[in-house]
Amino acid sequence: MADLRTNFAGIDSPNPFWLASGPPTNTYGQVAKAFDQGWGGAVWKTIGEPIINVFSRYGAVDLGQNRMMGFNNIELISDRPIADNLKEIAEVKRNYPKHAVIASLMVESKREAWHEMVKQTEDTGADGIELNFGCPHGMSERGMGSAVGQVPDYTCQIVEWVKEVATIPVIVKLTPNVTDITYIARAAVKGGADALSLINTINSIVGVDLTTFEPQPSVAGKSSHGGYCGPAVKPIALHLVSAVAGDPVVKIPISGIGGIASWRDAAEFIALGAGTLQVCTAVMHYGFRIVEDLIGGHRTIADIRGRALPKVTKWEELDLNYHLLAHIDQDKCIKCELCWTACEDGAHQAIRRVPRNNGGPVVEIIEEACVGCNLCAAVCPVQDCITMRQVPNDYAPVTWKEYAAGKGKLAPRSEQFHTATWGTRA
Amino acid sequence: MIDAPVPLSNEQLERNFADIAPPLTNDAALLEANKCLFCHDAPCTIACPTHIDVPAFIKKIASGNLRGSARVILEANPFGHSCARACPVEVLCEGACVLNDRDEQPIKIALLQRHATDVVLERKLRLFEPGPNTGKRVAIVGAGPAGLACARDLRRHGHAVTVFEAQPQPGGLNTYGIAEYKLKADVALAEVQDILDLGVELKTGVTVASLEPLLASFDAVFVGIGLGSTKRLGIPGEDLPGVVDALTFIEHLKTHPYRETAVGRHVVVIGAGNTAIDAVTQAKRLGAATATIVYRRGERDMPCYHYEYELAKHDGCGFRFNAAPQRVLGNGAVAGLEVRTTSGTETIPCDMVIVAIGQQERSLVVPRTDPRVFVGGDCANGGAEIVNAAAEGVAAAKKIDAVLGGKGR
Repeated sequence: MADLRTNFAGIDSPNPFWLASGPPTNTYGQVAKAFDQGWGGAVWKTIGEPIINVFSRYGAVDLGQNRMMGFNNIELISDRPIADNLKEIAEVKRNYPKHAVIASLMVESKREAWHEMVKQTEDTGADGIELNFGCPHGMSERGMGSAVGQVPDYTCQIVEWVKEVATIPVIVKLTPNVTDITYIARAAVKGGADALSLINTINSIVGVDLTTFEPQPSVAGKSSHGGYCGPAVKPIALHLVSAVAGDPVVKIPISGIGGIASWRDAAEFIALGAGTLQVCTAVMHYGFRIVEDLIGGHRTIADIRGRALPKVTKWEELDLNYHLLAHIDQDKCIKCELCWTACEDGAHQAIRRVPRNNGGPVVEIIEEACVGCNLCAAVCPVQDCITMRQVPNDYAPVTWKEYAAGKGKLAPRSEQFHTATWGTRA
Repeated sequence: MIDAPVPLSNEQLERNFADIAPPLTNDAALLEANKCLFCHDAPCTIACPTHIDVPAFIKKIASGNLRGSARVILEANPFGHSCARACPVEVLCEGACVLNDRDEQPIKIALLQRHATDVVLERKLRLFEPGPNTGKRVAIVGAGPAGLACARDLRRHGHAVTVFEAQPQPGGLNTYGIAEYKLKADVALAEVQDILDLGVELKTGVTVASLEPLLASFDAVFVGIGLGSTKRLGIPGEDLPGVVDALTFIEHLKTHPYRETAVGRHVVVIGAGNTAIDAVTQAKRLGAATATIVYRRGERDMPCYHYEYELAKHDGCGFRFNAAPQRVLGNGAVAGLEVRTTSGTETIPCDMVIVAIGQQERSLVVPRTDPRVFVGGDCANGGAEIVNAAAEGVAAAKKIDAVLGGKGR
């Protein structure tokens, strides 16, 4: 088996796959079982003054046959006594010395409260502390969670308080519910954070029951906005991880979180700069055993870490003279004409319909109209049937930045627009 | 024998013997894999005699890790390639799929297994390595699925393995006896080669008459010799030219160009087990005008799987129930089969009779109480599926490893 041992901000673990703070890391029994099944680390369900939860806490968004494409929750932090949690963290660490055990903390924004909590946590032997500045629901109304993580000064201040007493690495968990996450990330760095983890959940209302008009999940007929997660949020998380990982000021390790369910998801986060990965929703759906896929898909991690990061750039740096043309493999085409509909109504009217006869092609690309947008390839239900092919030209690459400054020349491009009256075009 | 020429064109014969379950396209495999619910303690895994972790291998197909998927399959079942094609999945994994209870088609587990494992043969992936040499030597009698499954795991434990096989080619019934439209000999042999490549010594054309010499020179012996020739009918006329046993008929078909296997114009197959179905369908696919199962008991007594019965009916084969063969008629060649029915004696005109009433046990004396002797496969279970043989071979390898001082895993 591949050697996936990881050192993250000074924290060692047998592999970079950690359970994110949440329902799967609520107890000794869960975390021990997860470690037995192969997880490299676990961030304990957030500890603080015990809360009282509502009944009905989760809502889900299905996509066709696929359950839980998106998932949200209005659950709060641990409802178990701090002492019980700390005792079990110590026990897990004692019995699994090689695994990463991280305590997630959330207490009221007072220096003494944080000092006391951090000291108690360190006594457990935990490898690190994660500061939960991210939960967008419930706790934020009490001035904690994302209420801290949305204000750079608060973030910096609390990290400073924690670092005054902490001797183990401190990870700051960021909320995505901000306009520019790099401001918060920089504030955490300024406060002395050793690492960042992101993203926490996204504010959401997961749905409305149209017979009762109750938002979901319903609690006695009412609901509240909750934190959205699951496969649906991965693109948002990838963007925010890349934004923080590529920030010239941040420069500290990042633990990637958000919709990770397979080794491929994990590899994408790693390629965008994540050092470890945290998973919660996929475990809530399928159990701890999914770690087998995460581990099994990787032969190495070092080789891909950050590989995609230099390829994330500003729009103004993209080459305007890179031209693509859609290509339809007529042998693979099953003649559904979804590409035609999408292009005709939703894009550039660059696909021509051919009357159905003799089993010949029913769709053809109108090359002079195609703008290489990818839409037809995206809607095509057959793998590799529609591919985007580069159309070489003799023009040197030119970015918008250069072009706007009067430098470089644009290669001739598709200029055909569908301006005719409806019904007059074949 | 029959010398009537096969009336079908080569193209038609190729079509008739093409894979009855063609491989999935990448699109179809992804779609299918994503339908799997990923059950806990999955009924499909429980139903499989080798307990392949089916949800795990399907999940890996969905996540694009075909190599890892194949490893999950072949780790549990060294004959994952042939089982993907020839397993009676309707009564095993697919029959157990929970989607059946949601009034849906079960996940196409066999085709997904083929999708994952075909990659190993296509890209010649080497998924397993022999273990460090233990200095122990094991003799395996019979190079069928049981013996070679045992051999594969013994090599992974580092024991030296010598396999003795009476036939010229290894693979047992996988090579010689599975219906051509399910499993072709080249796939069976490629699968065997993967196992032999772990450093298994193979001696073909060697019939072991006694285990004594083997026990004298090896540390343990595994016997996976399968069953012997087809039982005799014990009725007059059964030695007439034109009467063949099903295994010989199928073996000839699988080891020669299709048109070189003689088939009658009107073929009768005696017996109603799965081998009888294989014989009757293949006689029909070779070009017999009629191919009819003749069975002494009723429709509901047939030992073949229901879907095999359906397949034979779909192929246009006939069925005569409650017809007990009395004698084969003919003078120098088969002219008919006399049967006793509920309404008296009757003659079924035919020019070929294929006998498929089960196999005899072999005569090799196996000292089963000897702690160094292990058995598995058809000779131990009385005749079952490839997957049973593979499971028994794998289980025996664990026991042998334990006896030889290993951890028995």
